[in-house]
Amino acid sequence: MNTLTQTAATTPARSAILRPALTVLVTLTLVTGLAYPLATTVVAQLTMPNQANGSLIVDENGKVIGSALIGQAFDKPGEFWGRLSATGDKPYNGVNSGGSNLGPSNPALIKAVSARIDALKKADPGNTRPVPVDLVTASGSGLDPDISLAAAYYQVPRVARVRKISEAQVQALVDRTASRPLFGYFGEAKVNVLALNRALASLH
Amino acid sequence: MTSASILLLIVFLTVLGLTVRPMGAWMAPLAEGRLGSGAFARFDNRLLRLLGVDGDAGMGWKQYTLALIVFNALGALLLYGMQRLQGGLPFNPQHLGAVSADSSFNTAVSFVANTNWQGYSGESTMSYLTQMMGLAVQNFLSAATGIAVAFALIRGFARRETADVGNFWADVTRITLYLLLPMSFVMALVLVSQGGLQNLSGYVSYTGFAGHAQSLAMGPVASQEAIKMIGTNGGGFFNANSAHPFENPTALTNFLQMLAIFIIPAGLCHVFGRLVKDTRQGWAILAVMTLIFVVCAIGVGVFEQQGNPLFGKLGIDQLASSLQAGGNMEGKEVRFGISASSLFAAVTTAASCGAVNAMHDSFTALGGMIPMWLMQLGEVIFGGVGSGLYGMLVLAVLAVFVAGLMVGRTPEYLGKKIEPYEMKMVALAILVTPTLVLLGTSVAVLMSAGQAGVANPGPHGFSEILYAFSSAANNNGSAFAGLSANTPFYNGMLATAMWFGRFAMIVPVMALAGGLAKKKILPTSSGTMPTHDALFVVLVIGTVLLVGALTYIPALALGPIVEHLGLWAGH
Repeated sequence: MNTLTQTAATTPARSAILRPALTVLVTLTLVTGLAYPLATTVVAQLTMPNQANGSLIVDENGKVIGSALIGQAFDKPGEFWGRLSATGDKPYNGVNSGGSNLGPSNPALIKAVSARIDALKKADPGNTRPVPVDLVTASGSGLDPDISLAAAYYQVPRVARVRKISEAQVQALVDRTASRPLFGYFGEAKVNVLALNRALASLH
Repeated sequence: MTSASILLLIVFLTVLGLTVRPMGAWMAPLAEGRLGSGAFARFDNRLLRLLGVDGDAGMGWKQYTLALIVFNALGALLLYGMQRLQGGLPFNPQHLGAVSADSSFNTAVSFVANTNWQGYSGESTMSYLTQMMGLAVQNFLSAATGIAVAFALIRGFARRETADVGNFWADVTRITLYLLLPMSFVMALVLVSQGGLQNLSGYVSYTGFAGHAQSLAMGPVASQEAIKMIGTNGGGFFNANSAHPFENPTALTNFLQMLAIFIIPAGLCHVFGRLVKDTRQGWAILAVMTLIFVVCAIGVGVFEQQGNPLFGKLGIDQLASSLQAGGNMEGKEVRFGISASSLFAAVTTAASCGAVNAMHDSFTALGGMIPMWLMQLGEVIFGGVGSGLYGMLVLAVLAVFVAGLMVGRTPEYLGKKIEPYEMKMVALAILVTPTLVLLGTSVAVLMSAGQAGVANPGPHGFSEILYAFSSAANNNGSAFAGLSANTPFYNGMLATAMWFGRFAMIVPVMALAGGLAKKKILPTSSGTMPTHDALFVVLVIGTVLLVGALTYIPALALGPIVEHLGLWAGH
């Protein structure tokens, strides 16, 4: 049954351990630590440079204005707002990603959530609908580019009023920008806030 | 739980199930040391000779273990040095300086022990060289080490009357080059296609469309991300780990990342079955893992979807609908919602991966307790690559022993008589991590340096500490990340827990492998207890739960359970 090597194990000198330890460590370090990431970088840069470099978005003048994958701190009443962001001293800080790490029972969480609700109500006093939860909570990365479709719909009346356009027009824009789950199940109903606000700006 | 969550779980397990046989077929020749006689075998032979390794020379368990420890200690030393010297080394466009001594020590141990606990924030601490040639290298090598130990233990069962459990150098080289490397390369390119970063540029700064200045961290992310999941390492390139859009941009990459975490642990069960020449044995072990996993995954989903009871009064809509995920969205990303965040949390803690796509610290009390408990079970529900299987086989031996006691006959597993020596090693292996977790937690709770790190008040603060030691000693690496763990106290304590949680476990497992390999394989008789049927599966589940649950229930009662009761009572 057992055709594997049956040679009795012998106890070798110390160098018999140290020498292969060094050769194997150095070789595998060079292969997995240099050759592999550099080869991946070359292939990625040659075949998918846009994604590999951050899916950056440029305006008509060729200036970078953001990334399709990274949220920004939209805070004007005439814009759609994104998630709360807990990236240290300023929101949506792309060099300091992270969440609030506030526990569910922490009073500081209730405070942060209430502050967002107050800001939303202040900007749109007439809106008495319940606030979608993703609009009052901080994302895990602090860089979440999306909001739920519910969170976008919630903001439609405010944005329409401030921009002096019809709600139907804004609503249609949300629907056009939104992405829905694959086959209705796989993924989430969401809207990229940057894309939505850009589309909104180009209406004028 | 929503129907979408359940469907996601079903699709995930189905796809995983389909990978088991092919992965088993890929890995079994590596475990057997049989690479055929073609060009590939000749290449392998030449390569090993170049490295000064005789792949056919078997090692006894002590020699194998010694080689493993020397190799890992050297790896830790190299990684420590690289962090301390990174300021003067290339691939450092942000000119990041040396990492502090205690943080470097913690991180070096952490990555070598396949834990990838991260006390630092990647994008503001580690140069690209440190990420690529330091951290990612140990992602490969610690994974290969875990698989090598699993191979040695499987050989212990499969071989008879020999001291030879394999050659560590050949194992670690082959696993890295023929298994982990090709998988990672493909995975990395798929990640890039979805939006994963892969460059060596400096950070990008611009004035965003929103009108604020914004800088984005860059780097060779996808190549590291791939092995981070495949090797159940979990150390993110960025602080936010797999919640960061550049690490995990879409629902598809999230699915693939979850699959990558489980694919080797699941396939190794099949390798086990193939080598002991009865694949049913492997399926039985896989069934144990899957059944416990499904219950836990559903649990996390239910509690996270339930949301935060304190939000109800504030006029917040937490109900799931076709327009939103609802539930507890604090610390979660919209593109993953509740379904893909809860499933990811269960996967990453069942396996000892520790990558996170949502902040576990902000989970509901019980939604966060289940991931913690999955780690406390000893990382045997799929577990780390290799370490999950060897941990589970240790518990299977215990189950066989308990069953033997019940019917009053000498226990046997796969024809190997389980005797006092084996049981001593099993007991040692089982006791290592609970001792580290409970002692470490008590010390931290009692000392002001330990209390100082806590971010959330009340029982949740205790949970943060308990989670940290559970994660470190079981080599998971995820965190209730509010805990400020980048202090000399926690860096030292957790590094100790990680090192001994890894290697103080490996030594008795290797001793077990050596002891088993020396034994005869007894023929099956009518009195042999079958170890491939439903009864055995139930027996092993019972053993896992008994060992895992009883040890930790008192501690869990003080943290998440108290918090849950308080939350729902409205305090």
